[in-house]
Amino acid sequence: MADGAKILVIDDEPQIRRYLRVSLEAHDFRIVEAAGGQEGLRLAALEKPDLIVLDLGLPDMDGQAVIARLREWTAVPVVVLSVRADETDKIAALDAGADDYVTKPFGTGELLARIRAALRHTVGASSGLAIFATGDLKVDLEKRQVSLKGEPVKLSPREYDLLRLLVQHAGKVLTHQFILRQVWGPAHESDVQYLRVFARQLRQKIETDAARPKLLLTEPGVGYRLAME
Amino acid sequence: MADDRSDSDNRPSPEALLQTAAQEKRGRLNVFLGAAPGVGKTYAMLEAAHVRQREGVDVVIGVVETHGRQETALLMRGLEQLPQRRVAYRDRVFNELDVDEVLKRRPQLVLVDELAHTNVPGSRHEKRYQDIEEIRAAGIDVYTALNIQHLESLNDVVAQITRVKVRETVPDSVLAQADSIEVIDLPPEDLIKRLKEGKVYVPDQAARAVHHFFAPGNLTALRELALRKAADQVDSQMLSYMQSHAIAGPWPTRDRIMACISPSPLMPRLVRTARRIAERRRAPWIALYIETPAHDRLSDAEKTQINRALTLAEEFGAEVVTVASGNVPMEIIRQARQRNVTEIVVARSHRSRLVNRLRGTLTDRLVELGDGINIHVITGSPEAESWLGVMRARLSSMSFGGLVPASAISLVAVGMIKAAEPWLPPSSVPLLILVAVLFSSLRYGYAAAVLSSMLTVLGYNFLFLPPLYTFTIANPENIYTFFVFLAVALITSNLTARIRAQAEAARIRESRTASLYDFSRMVTGAAAEDDILWAVVHHVASITKAQSLVLMPDQMTGHGGRLTVRAAYPPEDEIDDKAKIAAEWAWDRGEQAGRGTGTLPSSDWLFLPLRTAERKLGALGIRFPDDRPALGPDERRLLDALAGQAALAIERSLLNRDVEEARVSAETEKLRSALLSSISHDLRTPLASIIGGVSSLMNFDSRLDAQGRSELLQTVRDEAERLNRFVGNLLDMTRIEAGAMQPKLDWVDPEELVATAVKRAGPLTHGHDIRIEIAPAMPLLRVDYILIEQVLINLLDNAAKYSPKGSPVDLRLRRERDRVVLTVTDAGSGIPAGELEQVFDMFYRVKAGDRQVAGTGLGLSICRSILQAHGGDIRAESPVADGQMGGPGTRMIVTLPIEDQPALPGEDKAAEEQMPHG
Repeated sequence: MADGAKILVIDDEPQIRRYLRVSLEAHDFRIVEAAGGQEGLRLAALEKPDLIVLDLGLPDMDGQAVIARLREWTAVPVVVLSVRADETDKIAALDAGADDYVTKPFGTGELLARIRAALRHTVGASSGLAIFATGDLKVDLEKRQVSLKGEPVKLSPREYDLLRLLVQHAGKVLTHQFILRQVWGPAHESDVQYLRVFARQLRQKIETDAARPKLLLTEPGVGYRLAME
Repeated sequence: MADDRSDSDNRPSPEALLQTAAQEKRGRLNVFLGAAPGVGKTYAMLEAAHVRQREGVDVVIGVVETHGRQETALLMRGLEQLPQRRVAYRDRVFNELDVDEVLKRRPQLVLVDELAHTNVPGSRHEKRYQDIEEIRAAGIDVYTALNIQHLESLNDVVAQITRVKVRETVPDSVLAQADSIEVIDLPPEDLIKRLKEGKVYVPDQAARAVHHFFAPGNLTALRELALRKAADQVDSQMLSYMQSHAIAGPWPTRDRIMACISPSPLMPRLVRTARRIAERRRAPWIALYIETPAHDRLSDAEKTQINRALTLAEEFGAEVVTVASGNVPMEIIRQARQRNVTEIVVARSHRSRLVNRLRGTLTDRLVELGDGINIHVITGSPEAESWLGVMRARLSSMSFGGLVPASAISLVAVGMIKAAEPWLPPSSVPLLILVAVLFSSLRYGYAAAVLSSMLTVLGYNFLFLPPLYTFTIANPENIYTFFVFLAVALITSNLTARIRAQAEAARIRESRTASLYDFSRMVTGAAAEDDILWAVVHHVASITKAQSLVLMPDQMTGHGGRLTVRAAYPPEDEIDDKAKIAAEWAWDRGEQAGRGTGTLPSSDWLFLPLRTAERKLGALGIRFPDDRPALGPDERRLLDALAGQAALAIERSLLNRDVEEARVSAETEKLRSALLSSISHDLRTPLASIIGGVSSLMNFDSRLDAQGRSELLQTVRDEAERLNRFVGNLLDMTRIEAGAMQPKLDWVDPEELVATAVKRAGPLTHGHDIRIEIAPAMPLLRVDYILIEQVLINLLDNAAKYSPKGSPVDLRLRRERDRVVLTVTDAGSGIPAGELEQVFDMFYRVKAGDRQVAGTGLGLSICRSILQAHGGDIRAESPVADGQMGGPGTRMIVTLPIEDQPALPGEDKAAEEQMPHG
């Protein structure tokens, strides 16, 4: 369903743009290219893309500023490209309104998965599904019921709140601060330890092998993500 | 000597050139010199300032005293006045020149009245001329005013003329440095007229003296002095000009003047006279003090006199020489001959005429010995103390502590001899008594010697000379015996007491030398800077019985840096601002500052500069208890010597450090070349595969089958990833080396950490079975997630790389008391026993025969750095003790500290909300 979508690539490196154009066009995406932040913003308004791939290190303006300017008028999904080792940048981009990030260097498969998830999320959010299923896990948001391989799973209210938040944003990275604010309230925004403990408990209940989680995935230094099949 | 000079006649003398150069950078000093108060110096100075201002010069008033004179005040209008510093002292507020304000404002010219002014205690400098020095050093011109009677060398002359002693004086050198002198001349009659009209400011307390001071005769004399001084100055400027421009002229002969310092109240006059003679002849001069064995017997007042005279001489530009000798005239002449002295200035001895008659006066002896040297004798004056006063001073310096035991000994001895009289030959009695006298004088000094002589002689008379038990003497022969006995007792006791004093002096000198020797041994023994500093403060504190500290700039390079306390005994962390300024002065200028000196004397601390010929190192501070008298010359010299040695020792340690730094930098150089060779190897190898593989794919695509194509592509991707890891390692290493790696600590679940690391290391550990074993209920760790994950990935990568394909890798996580222990065990060929530590060194790789596995030799080194930054560590074990996996294997053991666990919310929301914890 995502195929045929129009993607705006904002990156100052011509080699990266070429690689993205070739690889993404091979998957039936339509590509619009911009070499800088200003041009990107202009094309975003002009071309109305379905998704934007944005490099954070632009020469003419800060990537964070580009996201902020975009979010003033559009909810178009933004996938950020960043270099490893600056987790704070990634968090800032996510907080500013980016939907996801990919760390350079990355494989095409990984990028495609992120793009598809982001596109699907915009579609899924509007459809408001009551029942969510991934792998062996099934969550009925209406009846507040969780089951694994058909067996009901007993969750504490907080565990359920956490899982529900992840399900609502399935496939998307949620930062620690975001989760803590939503589940425990703004006063506990920096109590990462809460999250660590509850994530461990939740994994023991919903993962087949808690030591090798397949559903509740850790994004090191940034947050958590619920995997979609 | 004269011949030497003629050679250089046509060349400018280097000293003259240097002085000219130094003058050029400094601000110019213009002195308005007057013969007496009221001649209109301030007025003239202000007028001149207006002229300069009209010429476009930036003129400000630093301080000008109008003394309520209307016309002067009027003239101050139109000139910018800088704010003055208000200083409270003894319930009164004084306005003082604010040097900092001047330096901040940086005018081209500043007016500072009253050159001879003494600042209120607590100011930076004791005297205003020192303030002016500082302003001029900053390149600002100064106009100032001075009355002739304030000039140091003329002080006595003026006092003699006017009978008014002026307390505030200015060293002649200050006037000598003036770039121009303007004499404000007013005929005496006019001045007297002005005085009568009330136009001359007279302080109330001086009203009585004024009448005498302003007598026409006095004024004429003062006027002449002022004019002559100005003329002298013109002369010397001319001379200096001629010298620096190599103009040949009739050069003055090379005289050398020597002033002989002695404990006499005439000393200030002697020094000034010598200075005047030297100045008139433009000759160098020497102040000589000969330390005789009698030096230690001098009263404190006399020692202070000597000290003050030597200091004054030094201020006047004399070379100060102190030598020890028993024979004063001989030594004076010896020194004079050695130094080509042409004139000697001595003070007339204040010894009694009788002694002079007996021993011959010093002057006589000098005239006798000093063939060809002129002798000037300074004679007494009303200033000189009476003979009685001198004796009193002597007496007061004697120790009377021994009088009681001395008399007791004498009386008991006489009594015992009386008791033993029947068994003694009569002639031996006086001799035995003499022994008692000798004993007590040897033990208790002069006063005791005289007293016990008297007592024993009286006792002898009372007990042994008939009529017995009276103080009368019947036999005239016995009267003779009595007096001879008395004379012998006095002379011998005096001699013994002198021996005792000399022995005492020798002992003190000895202890001082020993102390210095001790000190030098201590500081040369210590190599580390901190040890040396500690030794310095400890030693200085113990010999001065005072608090001592060493201040050094926080950075040794360049001229920057602020002084901080580096060591103190007893310990002290901070000193007050005044002391700090004094310390900085000492450090920067290389002069003593603080208590007892000319700069910031009101500070509690005395600071000595610590400097060598090479560099300024800092300052040595000493704080004496309040009741302690000022330092004597001996103590000062000792301190100077200590400071000098300390400076040398500190410099030595700094040099050591420099050498160490050089060694470290050489090692860094070695590391850098290892890095370069590693980079060239580790970057090129994957690049070769990538370029090769891709070019095959591009050029020979048609010849490749699907299998070959896929293999090439696989290679390209693997090698690119390897390159990526290598670059990542290099970046990490650079960050660690630059000290920029600061862990971002957060609470982390170790289980989660292991899971993500294993997942990310997946492509690297392909073909190995990773077996994870985690103990239940692991505590949370407070670590940087990314960095510790990196450690795990590196360890898994290594384990896979150095063990055969298909072999398992064990990853275990458990708790051990207050640590978390994580082990990664492989079944590879292991690490040789001798290299278990070295594998953590940068660029170290275990030689595995011909089977060189690609690696950068950085991974483990990075792991160790990261773990140590977290308070943990890593070590290697090989072969593995409980190995059951085939090869000898390697086990990497990581430990991380467990911190106090954070507060956690209740397990269940319902429990948390409905049942509060009880």
